[in-house]
Amino acid sequence: MTANTYPIDNVRADFPALRQTVNGCPLTYLDNAATTLKPEAVVEAVRQHYREESANIHRGVHHLSQKATEAYEAARDKVQHFLHAEQREEIIFTSGTTAAINTVAHAFGSTIHADDEIILSEMEHHSNIVPWQMLRERTGCVLRVIPITDDGQLDLAAYEAMLGPRTKLVSVVYVSNSLGTVNPVQRVIDAAHAHGAKVLVDAAQAVACRAVDVRALDCDFLAFSGHKIFGPTGVGVLYGKRVLLDALPPFFGGGDMILSVSFERTTYNALPYKFEAGTPHIAGVIGLGAALDYVNALGLAGIAAHEEDVRDYATRLIARIPGVRLYGTAPEKAAILSFVLEGVHPHDVGQILDTHGVAVRAGHHCTQPVMQRYGIPATARASFSIYNTRADADRLAAAIMQTKELFG
Amino acid sequence: MSGASDELYQQVILDHNRTPRNMRALLGATHQAQGLNPLCGDAYTVYLSIDGAGVIREVAYEGHGCAISKASASMMSEALTGRTVAQAHALFDAFRGLVMGKSEATPQDCDLGKLRVFSGVWRYPARVKCAALCWHALRSALDGQGATTTEDKL
Ligand SMILES: Cc1ncc(COP(=O)(O)O)c(C=O)c1O
Repeated sequence: MTANTYPIDNVRADFPALRQTVNGCPLTYLDNAATTLKPEAVVEAVRQHYREESANIHRGVHHLSQKATEAYEAARDKVQHFLHAEQREEIIFTSGTTAAINTVAHAFGSTIHADDEIILSEMEHHSNIVPWQMLRERTGCVLRVIPITDDGQLDLAAYEAMLGPRTKLVSVVYVSNSLGTVNPVQRVIDAAHAHGAKVLVDAAQAVACRAVDVRALDCDFLAFSGHKIFGPTGVGVLYGKRVLLDALPPFFGGGDMILSVSFERTTYNALPYKFEAGTPHIAGVIGLGAALDYVNALGLAGIAAHEEDVRDYATRLIARIPGVRLYGTAPEKAAILSFVLEGVHPHDVGQILDTHGVAVRAGHHCTQPVMQRYGIPATARASFSIYNTRADADRLAAAIMQTKELFG
Repeated sequence: MSGASDELYQQVILDHNRTPRNMRALLGATHQAQGLNPLCGDAYTVYLSIDGAGVIREVAYEGHGCAISKASASMMSEALTGRTVAQAHALFDAFRGLVMGKSEATPQDCDLGKLRVFSGVWRYPARVKCAALCWHALRSALDGQGATTTEDKL
């Protein structure tokens, strides 16, 4: 699909939030890396669940409970197909990427001992740093950090030199939320496997803009959040290879994750339920299923082509504004533009852009090591999604020019 | 354009942001404290030189942050010079009331003067901490504490 045939008008019409004005201007929503807007179909799926089939799952014999269970498990099948996972049991519903990573840090973390090494990168989101530091506290393991180059790529030579017999896990981000870099995860995974290490991929920013195939990648674990792919907040996915998940102990204990409980002995349930203790976010999971249907109908190839067009157009526009400096200029990038406007603090940029209805994020984007790497306290970040257009980039550029004038 | 550019970014604030007054380290300061906003990374150190009679002779600060926090530090330094420690505490209370939109908390005898340009800040909850940051550092310095963060108090 080319940019011309991409049904942008239909897509925009599907997102009710885009119909509003902010500070008297049409909303230009460019904070998609933080969370995406929701299409009518997702809002409706959640609403329909609460209105018509609100019931708990897996343990009811009554009609509503069965309907809710079917809808919940149908969403698991959708995620399985979306990620090209081999088995539905490899799809664990969590509350988000953060919960998925913490689950691995505890379950897989139980196999980690003092002096074992875990490799992360300098561009990780805090949610892929802190759980490993907490594991280090518990076990005395060693964390090693892949440095990033000036244009925002992983230093692969440094990475490959780090791998060794002590490496147990490599946990890296697929698409950086603060730099936009698309990392060569295939190469990262292959190199880790050559040393017998497992790999966790943080795909929070990846799933909405490119096809992810866990079998082709051969990653061991992968995490993403529903709310960054047009689904509800508070729901996410942990994918794990069955052989690994089967062998690992559960993280949370409670209802649904057991076969039988007595005070002497508890038998854990089979996958995927072993890792889904308690009543999950049923409506959220159903909404996530609807979001994946929406993305599939639109097609990730068309989405990628559209976003590349808008990204290139916006990059050209912004980069030529005097005083603008872009951070993250890797050749392989998502539609995420992090920038600093000389002499104006990013928070002030964000505040003034808001007066023009342009929503961007200002701050460290939960990636403080990236900010330290470039010696800056913060950036302003414009992140584009399926419903953004070249006109949105024009409005962003115009608003940056006005910010410059105000602070001039 | 409306809203923030009128209410928040008034000319006086833009001017202090462009040319902040008293922005430097103060050698021989009698009191000093750091102020940190962990949410946005803004960080300042506030220095005071207080004489034996409890009068603030000099105020200076260094650090980095947005226009609101920088202008606030700059204007605070001007407002405090020559005041007594007791007056500084009263001004702290009055300023905090102003930026939190609780002006009724302002004591009658406490004149905020030029600091009233920050009266629109309370409408922007995310920016209240920016305006208050250096004032919290001031109070920590007066209380003999080394550092404060906006997460401790407001
Ligand atoms: C790359 C990346 N990893 C992890 C996360 C954490 O996601 P969540 O807050 O949904 O758990 C985010 C979201 O900000 C992200 O962008």
